[in-house]
Amino acid sequence: MEKSKLGLDFKKVAHAKDLAKTISDQVQSFVDCYSTVACERTLCRLVGIDGVDANGVPLPNVVVDFVKDKGMLSNGVLLLLGNAVLHTGCTPCQIAEQMAEGRLDITALPQHGLDKAKEALTPFINSSIEKIKANRQRRENYIATIGEGSRPYLYVIVATGNIYEDVVQAQAAARQGADIIAVIRTTGQSLLDYVPYGATTEGFGGTFATQENFRIMRKALDEVGEEVGRYIRLCNYCSGLCMPEIAVMGALEGLDVMLNDALYGILFRDINMQRTLVDQFFSRVINGFAGVIINTGEDNYLTTADAYEQAHTVLASDLINEQLAFAAGLPEEQMGLGHAFEMTPDLENGFLYELAQAQMIREIFPNAPLKYMPPTKFMTGNIFRGHIQDALFNEIAIWTGQGLQLLGMMTEAIHTPFMSDRYLSIENAKYIFNNMKNIGDDLEFKKDGIMQTRAKQVLDNAIELLEKMTEEGLFTALEKGIFADVKRPRNGGKGLDGVFEKGEHYYNPFIELMKGKGGQR
Amino acid sequence: MSGGLYSMESKDFDTKLDLAKVKPYGDTMNDGKTQMSFTLPVPCGDEAIEAAKQLMKKMGFENPQVVYYKELTKGFTFFNCYGSCTHTVDYTTIHVPKVESNTMDMHQTDEFIKEKIGRKIVVVGASTGTDAHTVGIDAIMNMKGYAGHYGMERYEMIEALNMGAQVLNEDFIAKAIEINADALIVSQTVTQKDVHIKNLTELVEMLEAEGLRDKVILCCGGARITHELAKELGYDAGFGMNTYADDVASYIAQELARRMGK
Repeated sequence: MEKSKLGLDFKKVAHAKDLAKTISDQVQSFVDCYSTVACERTLCRLVGIDGVDANGVPLPNVVVDFVKDKGMLSNGVLLLLGNAVLHTGCTPCQIAEQMAEGRLDITALPQHGLDKAKEALTPFINSSIEKIKANRQRRENYIATIGEGSRPYLYVIVATGNIYEDVVQAQAAARQGADIIAVIRTTGQSLLDYVPYGATTEGFGGTFATQENFRIMRKALDEVGEEVGRYIRLCNYCSGLCMPEIAVMGALEGLDVMLNDALYGILFRDINMQRTLVDQFFSRVINGFAGVIINTGEDNYLTTADAYEQAHTVLASDLINEQLAFAAGLPEEQMGLGHAFEMTPDLENGFLYELAQAQMIREIFPNAPLKYMPPTKFMTGNIFRGHIQDALFNEIAIWTGQGLQLLGMMTEAIHTPFMSDRYLSIENAKYIFNNMKNIGDDLEFKKDGIMQTRAKQVLDNAIELLEKMTEEGLFTALEKGIFADVKRPRNGGKGLDGVFEKGEHYYNPFIELMKGKGGQR
Repeated sequence: MSGGLYSMESKDFDTKLDLAKVKPYGDTMNDGKTQMSFTLPVPCGDEAIEAAKQLMKKMGFENPQVVYYKELTKGFTFFNCYGSCTHTVDYTTIHVPKVESNTMDMHQTDEFIKEKIGRKIVVVGASTGTDAHTVGIDAIMNMKGYAGHYGMERYEMIEALNMGAQVLNEDFIAKAIEINADALIVSQTVTQKDVHIKNLTELVEMLEAEGLRDKVILCCGGARITHELAKELGYDAGFGMNTYADDVASYIAQELARRMGK
């Protein structure tokens, strides 16, 4: 390992990772025994079920709700679907359509045996696997032929509510230099227990994540990518109650980056912890296989908790998130672990503490494309000062080699970005990234100076927190309000009624087919 | 592109301040100098610059100058501009409705409540509707507060309940009834397409339907909320940018004392 600029003790780092693994293993032993309605809907999508019924209800919901109402969900939907395919000779999607019309009860058909039911699904399973592989290949071909931007990737958001307007904004941003376009979701989508269908033109503060919207934006970014000679990555939000469904839709439509963090949903959307940790596992397996970079949401802790005092909770959470991602077979190169530049600008030497924190995260996760988030909490409406805060944030990013730079907007806290805000923000980052390109290679930190001392202290505090958590487990820690000063009960929050214990014959072949078998080569 | 470092224009205007005719100030009284930036959906070029200047004239600016322009993407040009504003306002006749209370700090408010109310005040707060942002309600209610101003949870004489985000108006009201709240405070951060107006209005209507509206102190807050807007929507007070727990708590304590005739 490269020598630490911060004088970090890598034995301590290894100890911290062991502790995080213990915590992750406890979670995983729970996760392995459960599935959810969202996971089952994901399986429906993976065997080709898509579309909506006469009332606009997505067909995966029709199928899963039907089976759940019959009390037969414990072995999952796939065996029933496989049996129905065998019995009717129809495709899973045709079967779902017949169920939507009330013409077919898949729970009441004669049983043809588990092995035959599984076999009947094989062509549909293979077809999805091949499609996702082809998307991964497509991305790799683009990067090999037209190339990509250098890191930190410039990451900007579009949020008009109208996918067609988003396309205009996204293409403009790509021409100005953006490498990643994130289409912000409409407020409230994370709490929907279904994924809306088709192209959408109305949303509040964002645009619905739908498979058709993914397709429209993917096409637009490929077009502009070819024009500017740089592959443009597409990001969306694999969080909320439909985590794995969004993951599979992204995998099928060639998305590149997904926000994907159960802890974020638990803390900030009050989603039940059991539900979302089970959902997260399957979604990360899919993201891993599809070559998608996940982003975790630790930066959000600092919007409610103090960034200076609670810096160690960000590190602790990153360590846990890393282990949970490993458990789902996600390679380090796809772990966009999150952190942020959120200390109050009034703090004396605040820049040094931010620099120490960013360098520390870099050294502890050397292969991860870290996601670095801009100042938001202390953006005031003084756009002129805001532009300087964003500049300091950009300096730290280039100095410490961050992976995905979510660009700050000087109009943060005022409105969703104007086209010109995005331009000014990209100009700011490009100026600094070029002007300070190799500063990290040339400058070392003073031994036992402010930054080295700070990093040691944060690591020690994180270890202390992780030690406590290994005793009581992640669930209890969340109940006690360890992260972001937010307390969440184990059986509280949204979505718990969609969790069920796997039955004896529970069937999900995709874990086996996908886990640890993707990744960027 | 710039107009030069020093302004060589003759100052053929009255440089005396007249509060009945106020206009922007650059470096000389009544110069009207204003800085602005905007984007026009036209391709970059001389015609674009001329369009920007004509637009500024229509906005009431003399001597419009485009000091910087840049095509953001095909068909969209961004401008940084200056002009001298020709309009004035009469400052002497302006009346802005304000929350009428003296802002006290946490200890003063606690003392005030002990003395005038004689019991703890119960306050319930939430970010209601689909709004997922807790930043506003947290700043006012959380123990830690914001920017050095402690939140209501830390007040000795306030029983504060923060319900968080995405709380339905009916759940919010049910909780207020359950804990017998003296004051309800609502935070609204997302304001696209005026979704906050609809949501805030719905809450007032539901409280009226329950016969509760006059029994509680009802406040709303957020970056886009003004006291004037709040009053219009039927709230007792509105708290906008740069207001903290101190302002909200002081107001609630004083208003409750007033209603109790103390």
